[in-house]
Amino acid sequence: MADPRETRVLLAHAEDPALRTLDGYKRLAGGYAPLEKAYREMEQDEVLKELEDSGLRGRGGAGFSMGKKASFLPRGEMAKYLCCNADESEPGAFKDRELMQHNPHQLIEGIAIAALAADAGHAFIFIRGEYAAQADILDAAVAEAYEAGYLGTNILGTHRDLELVVHRGAGAYICGEETALLDALEGKRGNPRLKPPFPAVQGLYGGPTLVNNVETLSNAPHIVRNGAEWFRQFGTEQSPGTKVVSVSGGVRRPGNYEVELGIPTRELIFGLAGGPEPGHEVKAFYPGGSSSPVLTPAELDLPYSFEAMAEAGSMLGSGSIIVADDRVSIPHMALRTARFYHHESCGKCTPCREGTNWTVKMLERVVRGEATPMDLDIISSVQSNIMGHCLCVLGDSMAMPVSAMVSKFRAEFEEVMASAGAPLDVETALAAVQGPAETLGAST
Amino acid sequence: MSPVDGAGLSNPNLPVDQAVSEGRVPGRREEEIPELHEVGCPAELQERIEALMGRYPDRKSASIPALWAVQERYGWCTPEGIRQAAAVMRVTPAYLESVASFYDLLHTEAVGTHRIEVCTNISCWMRGGDELLDAFEAAAAGEDVFVTGFECLGACDIAPMASIDQRYYGPLEAAEAQTAIDQLREGAEVLPAKALSARPLAADLPGGAASPAPDAGSYGAGAEEDTDG
Repeated sequence: MADPRETRVLLAHAEDPALRTLDGYKRLAGGYAPLEKAYREMEQDEVLKELEDSGLRGRGGAGFSMGKKASFLPRGEMAKYLCCNADESEPGAFKDRELMQHNPHQLIEGIAIAALAADAGHAFIFIRGEYAAQADILDAAVAEAYEAGYLGTNILGTHRDLELVVHRGAGAYICGEETALLDALEGKRGNPRLKPPFPAVQGLYGGPTLVNNVETLSNAPHIVRNGAEWFRQFGTEQSPGTKVVSVSGGVRRPGNYEVELGIPTRELIFGLAGGPEPGHEVKAFYPGGSSSPVLTPAELDLPYSFEAMAEAGSMLGSGSIIVADDRVSIPHMALRTARFYHHESCGKCTPCREGTNWTVKMLERVVRGEATPMDLDIISSVQSNIMGHCLCVLGDSMAMPVSAMVSKFRAEFEEVMASAGAPLDVETALAAVQGPAETLGAST
Repeated sequence: MSPVDGAGLSNPNLPVDQAVSEGRVPGRREEEIPELHEVGCPAELQERIEALMGRYPDRKSASIPALWAVQERYGWCTPEGIRQAAAVMRVTPAYLESVASFYDLLHTEAVGTHRIEVCTNISCWMRGGDELLDAFEAAAAGEDVFVTGFECLGACDIAPMASIDQRYYGPLEAAEAQTAIDQLREGAEVLPAKALSARPLAADLPGGAASPAPDAGSYGAGAEEDTDG
């Protein structure tokens, strides 16, 4: 029995382990009926139109219309590909793991339907290497689907073919970036590519490629089964549907909760996830994974939707809320965040490679008390010099939260610097480095 | 790098200028690719890599899976193992090394029989991930166990957590590090009560949001205590 605040579509029946098997998926969830409908009764354009009309937005981070993205693929006889992005590596995000673990067939069916819409003959699930258990579950499910004739050649006797390969990565956050994912899938180091050309035009092996997130694709069977109108009854005008939201950090019941988009953020953090431990308060929260600018308790009543989060200067991203309670030191959290991006930067673009490196060094100085008063401003200026200046958004993903933390919690940064013994005015700082002011003047 | 390198070889639909695409095609320098008879590749490893190559339109896509296979066989990506995989895949060993060194889970140096990754990213850090890592490092001292701190493993719901031999466990107490290491040494099942595979959705846990909750009315910091079921 689910909580009334939850709306379980993608996570329906997840409490039953039988859902993992093909038989269980068919029995419990009416599985593979949408695939039969799409392959037997619908044309490519009809499937595409249904997806577009539903208004389904990508659940991986960017929130782009899934149907529109699929419609960008050129028509005609050529090898086209579909890649399911299951490289969920954004700190705070763990929804795809849950979806694959409990309901692998829903994803496989979604991939088959999306492949029909994109006219792709070869599909891949690029799953992060750490998710070994989930990769095994997918492998077993894919084998079952082949056996039952839902994958392979001549699917359901319709003269349509689809090969599906589960490809395990080996541990690199950057591979969640769609072009780096394609490089990794081609067997290379996962470096992002210059865009354009976008993958829809020239992606995997140079062919048109549709890249979609696990949760996005998992929605496809439900849309085909019930229609675009049904899908639009959930959520808001601009953010239709349900969303599996990962809530973690300083809450009593961290976990995945599937809700209609647009519910108050407070409902998610306090109602479903139980709020902070007794006696503590929310100090800040990342609304969409570690790359989203942090919000403050004043923004708890905002609706949890793509548009409301964007208006608040942040983003819904992958739909992962990390709550920092009043025990968390924001400068230390900024350092923890920056260290992650520094570690994961592939090093290809200078602003990201050097920017993440220096941000970490400066934040370390801040918490050690070795910072100079200019450091906070330099940190901010480094962030603005990263934004938009690289091939992919990994650097931006550090710049956005770090600059939000420095601007919204500047007083706390200064407090940490002062309590660690850092001078807060320029003269004292200079004297500490170069000796008394008069010798400074004499030496030049 | 060109966005289309390799394309001309694998996608006949797309005429690609070889001058653009040739730069990073790993099979280009034939003389550097070891011959199979020189490397002594075990038959089952060779068969496995060949099967992996068969799954992709382009054999080079099998490089990560092939390196996984090497690591599984030798415990880490040994130089000999990489040469063997390179000979089977018809690519240079340097190419496979460049791939192996990019990814955190592929080891180009010897590691222990058991491998433990402890998450120290934001959510785990807030809930004691650093202390858990310290506990694992202390418990693993002198054992054939490789322990490392790791970036977000995608299991913030069970923070603080660790991946032990590629399976997730959490939320862990620091004291459980020693228990886990003892269990690994004895070949026993590791922390069965903390395995992620046995965990239901958060709301379905005892005391979760789906159980009749006393705080279903108003929410705010300092909401009433939960009735832990």
